[in-house]
Amino acid sequence: MGIEDALPESGILTTTIEGIAGWMRRASIMPATFGLACCAIEMMAFGCARYDADRWGQVAFRASPRHADLLIISGRVSQKMAPVMRQVYDQMPNPKWVMAMGVCASSGGMFNNYAIVQGGDHIVPVDVYVPGCPPRPDMFIDGMFKLREIVLRDPMGAHRAKVLEDLEELQLAATPTLEMKGLMR
Amino acid sequence: MSDEKLPGEEKTIDGDVVPNPDSAPVAGLEREDVEPSPPVTRSGMWSEGSPDTSGYGGIVREYLPVQSSARPLDDANERLLARLEGLVDGAISRVLFDRGELTIFVPREKLAEVVRALRDDAHLRFEGCMSVSGVHYPSDAGAELHVVYHLLSYTHNRRVRLEVTAPDADPHVPSVVPTYPAADWHERETWDMFGVIFDGHPALTRILMPDDWVGHPQRKDYPLGGIPVEYKGAVVPPPDQRREYR
Repeated sequence: MGIEDALPESGILTTTIEGIAGWMRRASIMPATFGLACCAIEMMAFGCARYDADRWGQVAFRASPRHADLLIISGRVSQKMAPVMRQVYDQMPNPKWVMAMGVCASSGGMFNNYAIVQGGDHIVPVDVYVPGCPPRPDMFIDGMFKLREIVLRDPMGAHRAKVLEDLEELQLAATPTLEMKGLMR
Repeated sequence: MSDEKLPGEEKTIDGDVVPNPDSAPVAGLEREDVEPSPPVTRSGMWSEGSPDTSGYGGIVREYLPVQSSARPLDDANERLLARLEGLVDGAISRVLFDRGELTIFVPREKLAEVVRALRDDAHLRFEGCMSVSGVHYPSDAGAELHVVYHLLSYTHNRRVRLEVTAPDADPHVPSVVPTYPAADWHERETWDMFGVIFDGHPALTRILMPDDWVGHPQRKDYPLGGIPVEYKGAVVPPPDQRREYR
């Protein structure tokens, strides 16, 4: 009663390269070994036996950014660390994704001062924001599963250029947070 | 305790104490010509008129801006001080003995000589410099910057704290790296955070902040920085614009 029973008689399925590549990529995410602060401890717990993220092929932490396709900003980004983080990101081959782990990586958190960059997205484009201080591994797993959906639908080639262009237009037309009214989202 | 001598016990400070007329005991002072400074009372953690609701506004503290202890101290510490004074002339400007810990204030021009004597003399033998740190006292005119050294003697299992002051206008202190190589990065950090220039340091560069950073963040007058945080229909200014720090 598997997928093979649903096949038409000729035994052929058609899909897109994009679809099949995303489907395979999402099960072999390779994060860069890049720990910044206390969130990195939770990131390690995420990879250890109790939470065992190997179940989903998510903890093949790569020692070189050139072998990695996910950058996890695990902690506060100081002004001194920011260029280092950017370099690590630039060294990663495409396609690549970024996860901001915890409030400091997402928005600066409690460190609103001269030393800390107010959110990793000032330095690199972030795909998933995980709240928490630090997030429990459970929260981190949830973030990784949201990232899996993004990886699954990652556009390629001409489609990618089109998607990025549309996204840029949407963001240019977006209302600044300050001008929004009503309840918190 | 047996009467047998332990190995290395002959190195303890058992030399004769030579009474020094210059360091004659005067209550609370090391020199008679120094005027006692009046106690300062300070309340709250933030400046007056602050809309602070943290509870720190209720704190009232009274303290002496310049503290020192009357000589002679207890036997062991007094022997240490006498030994140091015998080795380096004018090594001690004042002494503070508080909570069982000895702090020796050293004139900065004597520092290199003093640490060399503290390390090398068999009766002192402070082999390790555990920490070098800075303190900024903006109200202490003429001695705004303090540098604090924590020394440990492995031989005698004894600790001592040295304190050196420098005015803001001339923030130079001799480096102790020739005596304690381990103080290298500590002095770089103190330079980075407080702007104290350690003369004779092999490579005095910033260690924590980026190389092109302007200013020294741990000084009391350094702004905290930060950016306004935007919410839906509201902005919260950065902390140092919401209240004033002392």
